[in-house]
Amino acid sequence: MDEVLDRDIIDAVRRFVDRDVIPVASDLEHRDEYPHALVARMKELGLFGATIPAEHGGLGVGFGTYARLMEELSRGWMSLAGVINSHLIMAYIITHHGTAEQKARFLPAMARGEKRGGLALTEPHAGSDVQSIRTVAKRAGEDYVLSGSKMFITNARHGTMLAVAAKTNPTAKPAYAGISMFAVEKSERGPTVSRNLKKLGYKGIDTCEVLFEDVPVPAANLIGGAEGQGFKQVMSALEVGRINVAARAVGVAQAAFESAIRYSQQRVAFGKPICQHQAVQLMLADMATRLEAARLLVANAARKKDAGERCDLEAGMAKLFASEACAKISLDAMRVLGGYGFTVEFPVERFYRDAPLMMIGEGTNEIQALVIARRLLELHAI
Amino acid sequence: MKILVPVKRVPDPATTIRVLPDGSGIATDNVKWVINPFDEIAIEEALRIKEKQGGEVVLVAVGQQTWQEQLRTGLAMGADRAILVRSEAALDTLAIARLLAKIAEEQKPDIIILGKQAIDDDSNQVGQMLAEMLGWPQATFASKVEFQDRKCTVVREVDGGLETVAFDLPAIVTTDLRLNEPRYASLPGIMKARKKELKEIPADSLGVDLTPKLKIKKLDPPPKRQAGRKVASVEELVQVLHNEAKVI
Ligand SMILES: Cc1cc2nc3c(=O)[nH]c(=O)nc-3n(C[C@H](O)[C@H](O)[C@H](O)COP(=O)(O)OP(=O)(O)OC[C@H]3O[C@@H](n4cnc5c(N)ncnc54)[C@H](O)[C@@H]3O)c2cc1C
Repeated sequence: MDEVLDRDIIDAVRRFVDRDVIPVASDLEHRDEYPHALVARMKELGLFGATIPAEHGGLGVGFGTYARLMEELSRGWMSLAGVINSHLIMAYIITHHGTAEQKARFLPAMARGEKRGGLALTEPHAGSDVQSIRTVAKRAGEDYVLSGSKMFITNARHGTMLAVAAKTNPTAKPAYAGISMFAVEKSERGPTVSRNLKKLGYKGIDTCEVLFEDVPVPAANLIGGAEGQGFKQVMSALEVGRINVAARAVGVAQAAFESAIRYSQQRVAFGKPICQHQAVQLMLADMATRLEAARLLVANAARKKDAGERCDLEAGMAKLFASEACAKISLDAMRVLGGYGFTVEFPVERFYRDAPLMMIGEGTNEIQALVIARRLLELHAI
Repeated sequence: MKILVPVKRVPDPATTIRVLPDGSGIATDNVKWVINPFDEIAIEEALRIKEKQGGEVVLVAVGQQTWQEQLRTGLAMGADRAILVRSEAALDTLAIARLLAKIAEEQKPDIIILGKQAIDDDSNQVGQMLAEMLGWPQATFASKVEFQDRKCTVVREVDGGLETVAFDLPAIVTTDLRLNEPRYASLPGIMKARKKELKEIPADSLGVDLTPKLKIKKLDPPPKRQAGRKVASVEELVQVLHNEAKVI
């Protein structure tokens, strides 16, 4: 993929964000309304196929470009990146671990956005500790029958399918060896999306509780065709997920910074624009520096991923740093805007409410620190 | 139907334009460049015509190498191929029209659709000049374009209302704002555009007199907006609007 092409693609998405997203984002978010029209536009644009390889009907952009696209979407409205992210993680798992038949059956339709996916790992009692999930999949003839419940599942209501982690062997030791992944297409036989969760931020997009009450899933939908591979399959997609979340944090932080630096030149206090007060300048400089560092960490992790190298360390660092930077930058932006920043008249309050999700999703930042430390100790073993 | 659409590269309308201190031009650092919005409408119209009745949409730009970007965007929207007439010097409207006339003679389009004006210097001249040079009918400020065989009917936006004109092809149409809403270049479209033909021709190879007849002497930025003012009551507001602003 050449540079000019990547730039054109990023420009096209930037334009979409400036023209169509920014004018309506806060309004939709406050009403917690699903952005059907914007999602339709994203379909037209081809975003649902961004990282799906060209031979399966996608755009096949690299992860560096993908990260920039997610940054752009999040600069407008972070929830839109959520619509794409878990869909493409599911596609990633199918691309890298699915059978040829599964790739042909799912990927082209996913690339067109006709089939829209999500990822269902988390359960009411198990988030970070994926191995302790309780959803089980029992073989019954040509089907597996799934029972259990999933929690916090993004895209569950408006998507058409989910990549579901379930135990095909609940007593396996180690526990992860009993986990398998299924491509589950929603039908009248289930699963049931029992409720949408009300959230602090990241509104508009559906994050749901999903119930599996003896839902039959064709054995042909066991991803990769062999049991017990699920944990490995999910882990392989985590680097991508973390790069994505880090890129979203950069986008939200960018938006917060832009709001702050614009406002600081318009607002006058004590006879001069507040950007002339040194205390405000210190904040602006600090915000921009963290933002730049975060963006470079994301680019670095993505570059390694594109080169086919292992990047769990870099992706973990990018996710950890960028999400913390985003939380700080959005709070600082609120300081710069003073009272207005606290009102819904300006989008900064939305950035501030969206920021914490990036510290939690795709592995909490504490888990990132564990991953980073574990890898560091491997690399620096004496 | 073969449709030729001239395209100009202009600063993004959302960019803040700063005039250089000596008034010789605008500061171009930090300026984002886009297709002239009226030309985008022209491309959209051409694509719709092609989608309805088949044919080919050819873009043409007169400018520097960087103008490829805008041509590529047009190709990504769906145009079939593009021609860049390379000129390093900035040309005036007459020279542009002459070059376009040459290209038209060579390409033999059934219709040329242009923006009614470019949003940078607002000349509103090229379409009219081109019609004169080619001896073709013209319909400027179009808000609706329809065809029946070789006959074209255009609704024009004129002062105080609409005017409907009909004429035979080949012809020139220039677009007004309400003609259509241009589509986005989709990401797959952008990828396909990379493989489409983008031919470069040096402007001075076309045997056209390019000597400028027009010289920009000086640019002045618009006056700074005055700060607003608070009034105490509706009565005072009405007074001020009537006596000072003289708008009611
Ligand atoms: C809006 C939203 C959308 C989501 N979308 C999805 C989705 O689409 N699909 C999906 O599967 N999940 C989704 N999730 C779930 C998300 O991935 C989990 O919330 C996250 O992994 C954390 O799990 P948990 O909430 O169970 O927290 P827990 O795992 O219970 O963690 C609670 C606290 O304990 C800490 N902790 C846990 N274990 C350790 C340890 N070993 N060492 C140190 N500290 C530890 C954590 O860092 C955290 O501070 C979503 C969550 C939210 C909020």
